[in-house]
Amino acid sequence: MTHPSSATRNRVFVLSGLGVALLIGVFLSPFASQNPDGLDRVAQDLKFDKKAAEVPLANKLPFYQIFDGYALRGVPQQFATPLAGLLGTLATFCLAWGVGKLTSRGTTPPDEASPIE
Amino acid sequence: MNFLLFSTGLLTQSVSHTFAPRIALHVPDGFLNAPVLTITWLISIGLIALALNRVQAEYQDRAVPLMGVCAAFIFAAQMINFPIPGGTSGHLLGGTLAGALLGPWAGSLVMTVVFIVQGVVFQDGGITAMGANIFNMGLIGTFGGYYLLRTIRYAIGRDKLSGMIVGTSIAAWLSVVVAAVFCALELAISGTVPFNVAMSAMVGWHIFIGIGEALITVATVTFIWRTRPDLLYRSPRRAIATSPRSLSTR
Repeated sequence: MTHPSSATRNRVFVLSGLGVALLIGVFLSPFASQNPDGLDRVAQDLKFDKKAAEVPLANKLPFYQIFDGYALRGVPQQFATPLAGLLGTLATFCLAWGVGKLTSRGTTPPDEASPIE
Repeated sequence: MNFLLFSTGLLTQSVSHTFAPRIALHVPDGFLNAPVLTITWLISIGLIALALNRVQAEYQDRAVPLMGVCAAFIFAAQMINFPIPGGTSGHLLGGTLAGALLGPWAGSLVMTVVFIVQGVVFQDGGITAMGANIFNMGLIGTFGGYYLLRTIRYAIGRDKLSGMIVGTSIAAWLSVVVAAVFCALELAISGTVPFNVAMSAMVGWHIFIGIGEALITVATVTFIWRTRPDLLYRSPRRAIATSPRSLSTR
């Protein structure tokens, strides 16, 4: 057996994939460009940015007490966005995993496992 | 309770810079009218239901870890606005990437999860506009982007990385431009801004933002192709032929 087992390879893939995502979410997020993005820029240039709801619906959800946009509340400013990135990336990972687990076919016998087609 | 103090303070503050840290193409509440919101919700819900069905029918639980990783990566990457010339910024949308890695069905579910977390937890993109956002930034890529990519890839050769790269770059770029067109259309139908004006402004910026999309998508897909081609939806046949043995012991 010169090749690592596929269970190991899959675990390596998941851990490194999630690791890369977390690194991006935690360490790169503070460096994201603060320029207005495509739609915001257009909204400003064409003067319809005022049409955005003063209080977006999401601000009435309990998560708004925890996050102000991509910033965790109640922590020093320099940690707010990295922590939001960390928690958001983990939450997205778990939710997508859960959706996949609930929807995809149950475990196939290992011998019959075939690539996703 | 100090949350309350916090939120009133931050509310006034965040209204003034609501636009600065929010990210590309995410339509906030208030830009689209009720008919447009309703139609985009219906289209998105319909396609998501179809995707749920197809995932149940044809995906095995091998795809689950990739769904988690793909969603996490796209969420994190969407946080990173890259500057484009002219004082604007853009970020990955990821629809074409999710489609390329997972296929249109699981890819669509992954994108939906990303927009739900962004909208519900991080107030990025309006809740009422979530149907539009899922459609514009997710499903246009997972369906339109994916099928365009597949057509180009198969025309060049299913087993060739070059086919994947050419298909991915064109599909990723175009998905962003088409998303901008749809966004402009939705804004115009809602009476928010005249169509011609919205169209030229939106497409003008997203032609450049799409280049970033193509670069990130191609880099990621190429990396997976080289390291774990067997994980790709419609993997190259060589990966299928050589991998059953290693897969069988998973």
